[in-house]
Formats: sequence, structure tokens, C-alpha cells
Amino acid sequence: MHAATETVQVAQTLDAKGLNCPLPILKAKKAISGLGAGDVLQVVSTDPGSVADFASFCRQTGNELVASNAAAGVFEFLIRKA
Amino acid sequence: MTNVTSLKTSSEPATSPGELSPEEQQKFDRWFDARFEQKMREREAAHTPSMAIIATKGTIDWAYPPFILASTAAALGYDVSIFFTFYGLKLLKKDLDLEVTPVGNPAMPMKMPIGPDWFREIDWPIPNFVKSNLPGFERMATALMKRTFRQKGVASIEELRELSVEAGVKLYACQMTVDAFGFDKPDFISEITGWVGAASFLPMAQKSDITLFI
Repeated sequence: MHAATETVQVAQTLDAKGLNCPLPILKAKKAISGLGAGDVLQVVSTDPGSVADFASFCRQTGNELVASNAAAGVFEFLIRKA
Repeated sequence: MTNVTSLKTSSEPATSPGELSPEEQQKFDRWFDARFEQKMREREAAHTPSMAIIATKGTIDWAYPPFILASTAAALGYDVSIFFTFYGLKLLKKDLDLEVTPVGNPAMPMKMPIGPDWFREIDWPIPNFVKSNLPGFERMATALMKRTFRQKGVASIEELRELSVEAGVKLYACQMTVDAFGFDKPDFISEITGWVGAASFLPMAQKSDITLFI
């Protein structure tokens, strides 16, 4: 998945480290509404629940979860706006 | 796609006018099933999910579920309404001076948000007669809970309420409660969608995919 991360052009990065449910999702939603279709938002979080939550968020909203990575307690998500 | 009229016009002589032969009936059933499935899928794709919540409690611990669920549902694209009644009405005050009580709340952990980890892990076994008789105990428990939540990156109720309003969550206040408890309307936030009663909320709940009583 890391190879994909490097090739994707990130339009904006949201630092949600230290934030707990549901703040990473709410802030990501806000950030996505400011982006254009096809733009990619990178979210960095430390909430372990966000792994399942971002997958579900993307399924429900139709945005594409391009990548979901975890390393040393930090989670990274790449979301492409539909 | 075959249509019904063409099926009818090709009816065999064995059937009386207006009736379908068994083969035609089978063909029609297949066509209908496929068409029905397709229409249902289209309907589901075009449907905006909705949620109606009744918030009846006015303490910090009970203030979280309605605002967490409402703001998250709005982020998922749902149409959300919350009806605030009884003590839940306090969640709509401009000045959110909410408390939490450990009295009669045995599942509430009593932990300290200060000191080394081993100290923070201790769940202090405080008997009910202390919780209820020690002056200022509720204030202290409230301060501890707020501090713990802040440390853990949990949003404050104020923040979640603002995010809910921003995301278009509709906040309905119970008219009866404001009259019965002698509240002053100017003490409430201006973002309230309406002051209504049960008869206004129920039709919203009836059309909702999710209804929760909190």
C-alpha cells in the first residue's frame, strides 16, 4: 500500500492525531467538502477506531478510500473525493 | 427489455382474451422480477438515510450519545433531527453548565486524570453515602470527567453541538418542557429549528430509517 501512497497527489493533509471518535471523521468530512471532485485528502490519526470508521465512512459517502496504512500507532488514510 | 403489451398481443388462441398463457405468464414474471429489483436498487441509491433522536437527559454522560450520533450521521450524509425534551432541553441552553453525577451510577469509573499511570488506573471505590453527602462531590466528579475527556482528545459537548448545527442537524425543542419547568426562551441557542410538541415530532420519526430514544 505504501507504493500507492507515494504516487497519489495529496491535495490536503488533515492532522487528526490525538483526537478521538467522532472528531477525525467530522473534521475529515469538513475538509472533504472544501475539496474538488477527484482531490485526495490525507488524514493522519492515532485513534485505533478510525480504521474501521474511515472504511465505513467512505462506503457510505461514496468517496474512495485509496489507502489505509498503520505504522507505530499512527494511522494514515487517503480519501479521494467522489 | 420485453414489455407487457407485446406479450399480450402474442397470446395463444388457447387463452381467453386478456389472459396470459403459462409461458407468457412465466416470461412476464421474469421480466417483472428483474424490473422490480432494478427499481428497488435505484430507489435505494437515491434515498437519503434519516435519523430521529429523542434526547431526554441533561447530564454530561447522557449528552454525548445524541450529539456524537447526530454529528456523525450528518457527516455520513444523513438527514438528522433531534427532539429535546425534559432534562434533555438543557442541552440547548446557551450556557451549557452540565454536570455528571456518580450517585446511583455504579458503572461510572472514578479515576484520577493526574499522576503516574498506575495511579490513574485506580478505580476508586467510593461508597454512595460519600458521593451523596460530601459537599461539592458532583462538581469534582464533573471537573474530573471533563479533564479526562480533554486529555483523551474527546470533543466537548459544546464542540459537538456546534459541529451538529454546522452540519445541518435540526434541533427541535419541546414546548411543553419549557412551560412546565419555567425555562426562559432567551436562555436557549438561536439555532433551534422549532419549538414543537409530540404531534410534530412523531411524523418525522415515522419517516426516519433510525429512531433512537436517549
